[in-house]
Amino acid sequence: MSEDRNAPWRDELRKTIKAKDRTALERVHMNELDPEYRSHNKEEVNQGLTAEQAMKEAQRCIDCANPTCMQGCPVSIDIPGFIKNIERGEFLQAAKVLKNTSALPAVCGRVCPQEVQCEAQCIHVKMGKQAVAIGHLERFAADYERESGKMDIPVCAPSNGIKVGIIGAGPAGLSCAGDLAKLGYDVTVFEALHEVGGVLKYGIPEFRLPNVIVDVEVEVLRKMGVKFITDCLVGKTVTLEDLQAEGFKCFFVASGAGLPNFMNIPGENLINVLSSNEYLTRVNLMDAANPESDTPVFFGKNVAIIGGGNTAMDSVRTAKRLGAKRSMIVYRRSEQEMPARLEEVKHAKEEGVEFMTLHNPIEYIGDEKGRVKQMRLQKMELGEPDASGRRKPVEIPGAIETIDVDMVIVAIGVSPNPIVPSSIKGLEITKWHTIVVNESMQSSIPVVFAGGDIVRGGATVILAMGDGRRAAAGIDAYLQNKK
Amino acid sequence: MYFWAHFQQNTIDIMNKIVKKEVFSDKVVRLDIEAPLIAKSRKAGHFVMVKVDEHGERIPLTIASSDTEKGTITLVVQNVGRSSAKLCKLNEGDVIEHVVGPLGKATHIENFGTAVCACGGVGTAPMLPIVEALKKAGNKVITVLAARTKDLIILEEQIRQYSDEVIVMTDDGSYGKKGLVTNGVEEIINREKVDICVTIGPAVMMKFVSLLTKKYNVPTVASLNTIMVDGTGMCGACRVTVGGQTKFVCVDGPEFDAHQVDFDQMIARLGAYKDIEAEDNCKAI
Ligand SMILES: Cc1cc2nc3c(=O)[nH]c(=O)nc-3n(C[C@H](O)[C@H](O)[C@H](O)COP(=O)(O)OP(=O)(O)OC[C@H]3O[C@@H](n4cnc5c(N)ncnc54)[C@H](O)[C@@H]3O)c2cc1C
Ligand code: FES
Repeated sequence: MSEDRNAPWRDELRKTIKAKDRTALERVHMNELDPEYRSHNKEEVNQGLTAEQAMKEAQRCIDCANPTCMQGCPVSIDIPGFIKNIERGEFLQAAKVLKNTSALPAVCGRVCPQEVQCEAQCIHVKMGKQAVAIGHLERFAADYERESGKMDIPVCAPSNGIKVGIIGAGPAGLSCAGDLAKLGYDVTVFEALHEVGGVLKYGIPEFRLPNVIVDVEVEVLRKMGVKFITDCLVGKTVTLEDLQAEGFKCFFVASGAGLPNFMNIPGENLINVLSSNEYLTRVNLMDAANPESDTPVFFGKNVAIIGGGNTAMDSVRTAKRLGAKRSMIVYRRSEQEMPARLEEVKHAKEEGVEFMTLHNPIEYIGDEKGRVKQMRLQKMELGEPDASGRRKPVEIPGAIETIDVDMVIVAIGVSPNPIVPSSIKGLEITKWHTIVVNESMQSSIPVVFAGGDIVRGGATVILAMGDGRRAAAGIDAYLQNKK
Repeated sequence: MYFWAHFQQNTIDIMNKIVKKEVFSDKVVRLDIEAPLIAKSRKAGHFVMVKVDEHGERIPLTIASSDTEKGTITLVVQNVGRSSAKLCKLNEGDVIEHVVGPLGKATHIENFGTAVCACGGVGTAPMLPIVEALKKAGNKVITVLAARTKDLIILEEQIRQYSDEVIVMTDDGSYGKKGLVTNGVEEIINREKVDICVTIGPAVMMKFVSLLTKKYNVPTVASLNTIMVDGTGMCGACRVTVGGQTKFVCVDGPEFDAHQVDFDQMIARLGAYKDIEAEDNCKAI
C-alpha cells in the first residue's frame, strides 16, 4: 500500500525545491556521543536526528518517479512516501507509512545494513553523491512516534478464536505475531529464554539498540492480545503434538540460528576463549558487568575477537567498554570484505579498536591454569575470488605471528539450533539444518511455517521481519482455505 | 491438563512455586517445585535451568524426581555460589522467577545386567532417577554413596529403595566405610562382573572413577556438570572435549562415555570464574 505520489500535497512539495538544489544539499550527520566518553559506558552511541535535521535531510530526496531505493529494500518499504511526510512535518504519518510494511522500524532504522540495501540504490549514489540518509530518517520517524506517546495500537479484526503458536520471540516471531493478531487470530508466542526479543535482546548491545525499544514493540503486541510464554523450549517443554492437542491449528517456527560455530583449532577450549554468543549473552541478557548481577564475566585486558561481522563488532566494542586496554578484530580477509555494517566499523575505529585484517588464528596457547595467554596468527593475502565473489584469503607460507591475549571471542558465525526441527517428525531440512519452505514460508508439513534465521542461516533483522509477515499471510490463506 | 487450565484463564505466568522444602544439611536442601509441564515431559538424566530472581545467574540443576499428579519436580540444591545460596534460602510458598526444561538428553536405560552407580556428594540427587530407572529395567543395581563426612550423605533412604545393595563411603569414616568412592567401586569390581558403571559427582571424583573402571574395562557413563549459561546449545559455555571432539554438554549430554572425556580440561574450565566468585567459597564436596 503506497502513499499516492500524485496527491496534491506531494506534487506541491516536490515543486517547492528544484531537484538540482535538492541534490546539492549535504547529507546530514547523525549526532553521536564522543568516542572517548561512550567507550566507557553503554549509552546509545547514535543520538538520532532533531526534527529540524530530519526535515532538512528529507529535502534531499527528490521523490523519484521510479524510486530505485525501494528495490534495494528487502521488504520494499515505501521510502519516498515516508520521507516526504517527514519533509512536510507529518511525522506520525511518516511512521504510519513505515508500519504499513515494517513491523519494527525503530529497530531496522538502527541495525539494517542500509549502505548495501536501500541507500546503495539511491539516485544520489548514481550521481556520485552521498545517499539520502534513509536509515536515519526511518529511525527518526519511528522514535518520534514512540516518544510522542501516540503510538498507534493497530486495530485488530474481531477474534476468530483460531489458535496459532509461534516458536521464538525474535524479530521473525514478533512480526508474525503482530500480523496474525491484526487478522483476529489467537496468538501465543513461546520463547525458550526468560526474556522476549531474541537476538535483539541477548545479542545486540544496549549501545546500539536499547532494550526499551524492543520492550515497547512487545508491549504493543501484548495490547493487541498476543500472549507470551517464556521459559518454554518447544520440542522439550512441550511438543507440537502437545500444542495441537490443546487446539493450536498452525505454527510459525522462528527459532533463529543460535548455535555458535567454532574453528576447531588447538587450544579453543582454553579458559577465556568463548563464543560471541556467550560473551554477549552474559553482558546483555544477564547484565554480568553490573556488580548486582550474580552472573560473572571476565574483564579481559588484551582481547581478540575473531571475525568481521556485526557480532564481532558488537563483541569488540563491548570488550572495550568493559575496560580492555587492547581490543582487536582479527579477520582473515581484508576490511573491504567485512560483512559488518559500515557504521559499526567506523564507530569501532573511533573507539580505538585495532583491526588486524588478513590474519587468521591457528592456535591458542594456555598458561599453567589452562587460561589462554597467547594466540598464533597466520598472515594471509588475497587471492582469486571465491564462490561468494569475494577475494579468497590464502596463507602466506611461514608468516606466523604470536601475540599476547587474555581473552578470545570467537564470532565466526552461527548455525540453526536443531532442537525444534529435530522434534518435528517428517520435517524437511537442508544439510545446514535450516528448514525448507516454499514462497509462503510453508514447510513440508502443511501446518508448520518457518522463517528468519532458522530458514536462512544467520541473516538480518529485516529479512526475519519480512519472513514473519509473509508467513502470517501464508498461515491466514492456509487456514481460510481449509474452512 | 493443569497448566492449560490456568493458561486459558489467562493467568499465563507459570508460577514455579516451592511447595515443599527439606533441609539435608547446612549446605544442601531439597525443593519440590510446581512445574507441571516439566514434570510431565522429563525423563531420568534431564536437567532444568533455574534463574532465582532478577539478578540471578542461570544455573543447571538435575531433576531428581517428579510427581506428574501434583505437577511438581524435585531439585536438590547445594549452596556453592551466589545464586544457589539464594535458592537454598527460599522457603515453601516462595516463587522461583524462572525454571526452564527439561534439558539435555535422557539417560540411555536398558537391562545391562549388573550396574554400579557411583555418586559423590550432591551427585546423589541426579543419580536417584537413574538408579530407579536402571532397577525398573531389570538391572542388579549396586550404589556407592560417598561423601566427605556423614552429614553430607543424602537421599540414602530413597536410593536404598531401588538398589540391590548400597555401599556408603566417607572420607573421615564417620559413617559406612572409611575411604573414597573408588575404593567402594573397586571392591565390587573385584568381587563380581560389572556390566556398566554410572558416575555423578564432583569432576575430580568422576575422573578417578573413570580411570579406575578403564583399568578394569568396565564401560562407564559420567554425567558432567559444566558451567552453563542458556542450557539450550546457544553459547558453548558448557563445551568439553570427548574423544578428541568438542561437545556441548547441555545438548549433546550431560552424559558421556567417561573414558573419552578430557576431565583435566573440564576441571580447569570449571575454575574459569573461581577468582571472580572467590568470595562465594565455591568448594565442591
Ligand atoms: C550480535 C549480533 C548482532 C547482529 N547485528 C545485526 C545488525 O546489525 N543488523 C541485522 O540486520 N542483523 C543483525 N544480526 C542478525 C539478526 O539479529 C538476526 O538475523 C535476526 O535476529 C534473526 O531473527 P529470528 O527471529 O529469525 O531469530 P532470533 O532473533 O535468533 O530469535 C529466535 C528466538 O527463538 C528462541 N528459540 C530458539 N529455539 C526455541 C525453542 N525450541 N522454543 C522456543 N523458543 C526458541 C530463541 O531463544 C530466540 O529468542 C545480528 C546478530 C547478532 C548475534
Ligand atoms: S550452556 Fe550454552 S550451549 Fe550449553
